[in-house]
Amino acid sequence: MSAPSPVEVEPTTTPDELLSPATPWVTIVWNDPVNLMSYVAYVFRSYFGYSKKKAEKLMMQVHEEGRSVVSAGSREEMERDVQAMHEYGLWATMQKDD
Amino acid sequence: MSAFARHRRSKRVIATFTGFEADLLRSLASQLVELLRNEAAVPDDDRDPLEAMMDFSGPTTAPDDPVLARLFPTAYTEDEEAAGEFRRFTEGALRDSKAAAACSIIDTLEEAGLPHELDEDGLMIDVELEHDVATRWLRSFADLRLALATRLDVEEGDEDYWLSLPEDDPRSQAHDIYEWVGYLQETLVDALSH
Repeated sequence: MSAPSPVEVEPTTTPDELLSPATPWVTIVWNDPVNLMSYVAYVFRSYFGYSKKKAEKLMMQVHEEGRSVVSAGSREEMERDVQAMHEYGLWATMQKDD
Repeated sequence: MSAFARHRRSKRVIATFTGFEADLLRSLASQLVELLRNEAAVPDDDRDPLEAMMDFSGPTTAPDDPVLARLFPTAYTEDEEAAGEFRRFTEGALRDSKAAAACSIIDTLEEAGLPHELDEDGLMIDVELEHDVATRWLRSFADLRLALATRLDVEEGDEDYWLSLPEDDPRSQAHDIYEWVGYLQETLVDALSH
């Protein structure tokens, strides 16, 4: 038996597109002077189910850079996420990922 | 000063408030409920009257009140039409959910013994919150702080300004309340994370 010889295929799509063909939208959380850092990280953990490490990284990005992309997906999914962020009092918007 | 803690055995979140603190918290929550219900979430009338009558969904433009505008931000910054649609389908539900969370604070405090009119000294109110109720309180603390901060024009890094105000300045007192709700929220996040 021999291993099949590799077939050369010119990639036409990037790995990202292959993995997530229907995710051209993103949810962005913006910095505000009110919400506590611990609360923002808590929201990312409890709503998105992110690990403590990831939630804190995103929270720090919001705090230091003024904004962070916190989720990506279909338009409908992002509308759900934005609505949920507003329910928690976070300032969130959505846009096409470009 | 009261703070939240996790009860080891029951896993519930517990806190003790003085009658004054509980009354203050109820008053803040009541004002928020009133604001959420007062400026009606109605569709704008700049269209066919019949179509407007048949439409029971929400508004399409941002609320005039700055607190409400902050509680219900514009979701699409570069697409007015999409932003209007999003608002029409979400603002009503968000108002209800925020009002319900604030009511949950009021109900819990009253069930724990806070009278309608606070008239006795030395009253202490013990609350024990199940996880769901605790998360509602947590969200409502965020709304209350956003409301107070919007009215006070709180900005990033303005701590020195607030410290410089005389103690009897009403804005300074309101800012102390804002900081106190922040302290409650911080300890509640902590209790829920352990």
